[in-house]
Amino acid sequence: MKYYDRLIFELSKEGRTGYSLPRNPWKQSTNDIPAELQRTTDTGLPQVDELGVVRHYTNLSNMNFGVDTGFYPLGSCTMKYNPKINEEMAGLNGFKNLHPLQPAETAQGALELYYELNRSLATITGMAECTLNPFAGAHGELTGLMIMRQYHLLRGDLKRTKVIVPDSAHGTNPASAAVCGLDVVEVKSRPDGTIDIESLRSVLDDTIAGIMMTNPNTLGLFETRILEIAKMVHDCGGLLYYDGANMNPLLGRCRPGDMGFDILHLNLHKTFSTPHGGGGPGAGAVGVAAHLTEYLPNPRVVRTADGRYEAVTGKDAIGQVSGFLGNYAVLQRAYTYILALGKEYIRYAGPLATLNANYIKEELKGDYKLPIDTLCKHEFVFDGLADTSTGVTTLDIAKRLLDYGYHAPTIYFPLLFHQSIMIEPTETESLETIDSFIAIMKKIAEEALTMPDELKTAPHNTPVRRLDETTAAKNPILTYTELKNQAE
Amino acid sequence: MSTVLNGLYYSESHEWVKVEGNVAIVGITDYAQHALGNIVYVDMPEVDDEVAKEEDFGAVESTKAASDLISPVSGNVIEVNEALQDNPELINENAFENWIMKVEMSDASELEGLMDAAAYEAFCANEH
Repeated sequence: MKYYDRLIFELSKEGRTGYSLPRNPWKQSTNDIPAELQRTTDTGLPQVDELGVVRHYTNLSNMNFGVDTGFYPLGSCTMKYNPKINEEMAGLNGFKNLHPLQPAETAQGALELYYELNRSLATITGMAECTLNPFAGAHGELTGLMIMRQYHLLRGDLKRTKVIVPDSAHGTNPASAAVCGLDVVEVKSRPDGTIDIESLRSVLDDTIAGIMMTNPNTLGLFETRILEIAKMVHDCGGLLYYDGANMNPLLGRCRPGDMGFDILHLNLHKTFSTPHGGGGPGAGAVGVAAHLTEYLPNPRVVRTADGRYEAVTGKDAIGQVSGFLGNYAVLQRAYTYILALGKEYIRYAGPLATLNANYIKEELKGDYKLPIDTLCKHEFVFDGLADTSTGVTTLDIAKRLLDYGYHAPTIYFPLLFHQSIMIEPTETESLETIDSFIAIMKKIAEEALTMPDELKTAPHNTPVRRLDETTAAKNPILTYTELKNQAE
Repeated sequence: MSTVLNGLYYSESHEWVKVEGNVAIVGITDYAQHALGNIVYVDMPEVDDEVAKEEDFGAVESTKAASDLISPVSGNVIEVNEALQDNPELINENAFENWIMKVEMSDASELEGLMDAAAYEAFCANEH
């Protein structure tokens, strides 16, 4: 990896350009803009020629790491391969040149794709209908919770202001609930990360709007008492929200709707192979059970009796959560993924992801501490090294992996253990890739004993060495202006 | 490897309490700062805020995690440790010297539900 750290502002040279604006065929000029809306200071945009721009961004992109460059076992993120046919389909002229404001009768194919993807996702998850409008997972969570709140509000059930979140939940769950104006009630997990039923029972009353859960949970373990939990929550009048971050192992095998969930979100950029780390953008489809469809955000896409497609709005909807129909180009990729695999093959994604995860877990559990030694689903968590005598931590292991060309796994999450390393290989990796990763993990465990200082100062082969995370968090410099000010 | 001081009260959520008259001085334990790693921010209550036992009164953020601060007593906040605003890492340097808030207790009998140093040490040994 070649080191390159220039900012495009630093390449700027007064008067240098790489463009010429076409002649303005309209009679407007900046003089038509009211004076108070006109900028009085220089924009300070970088002045660079075309070759300079191309080299700058090519050099930056060469330092990027993605699924296309190497193994990316980032737990809870499902960094599966994004098939290139997705890009081809999204690049079709008929889609590429659409404008969101063009009349519906000229965009029937695009609306049909939205409708059909909606039907596919509803079928896969066991829900009645989805909205594909939210832009990402946490945005989907917020949309889902707004639907939950709307359901209680329109029934006149105004006391329900609390959402139950297990302490092993993804951090976005309590954050989304807070943004939605709901209070968070935390319930404890048992040592294996599953919900403590008694602790749950003790908080259920008529102030509970619902519960947010992930299944399989954060430790990659299936919540086997889900039907009992669903009954308890429903009996108290609450709804069940399913965080779809861990949907991958269930694809085509079992459905959150059948487990009793009323609302869920899916991360299309995880489970449905659309681009993820390295830039997104995401898409957070939200599915609901039949009694909640009227609250779905505007617009919804419906098929009329004569087979046309229309975007419609509803009076009980929570409102609009995004411009137009969400990250539409992401939806095209997810739909391509589903059609490319078909219902015959999509059901193999989960078992293969599960096999890969269990294979790595079994091969490495002598070298790393495995706190819950049982069959996992698509991911599992180690609690640091088995032999910690030299003081090598999870952070050191993660940094050392970078030296060997792997993306680091998720670390220090979940909080159930002090030295969590969360590994999710996904189904798209070959046996050879997985065996190489296992060999390197074993090598690192050995190095931790023979050359611990090398690990504590890792990485050594990367464009930058170990970063000062404390200063970065306490004193972040996020703009060129701040950098300049600091230098002066 | 983490230190526990005698003469203090301890909670299961790893806060310590030092009692001076009717005032409870509250901080987080050495065990907690070890587990959190480098602390980068402490979200503290304001003077005159009411705090309630077992409810959160702020949060500690480290490079690894953000964690709620759970009040071991109920009462009125009479002072917060302003030094932590700019130097949250003081807690890493000495968790027992760098308290977070002082509370005028409304019910000193709440202290009875907390652990002493020996009980807390045993409690930490059982944490995974």
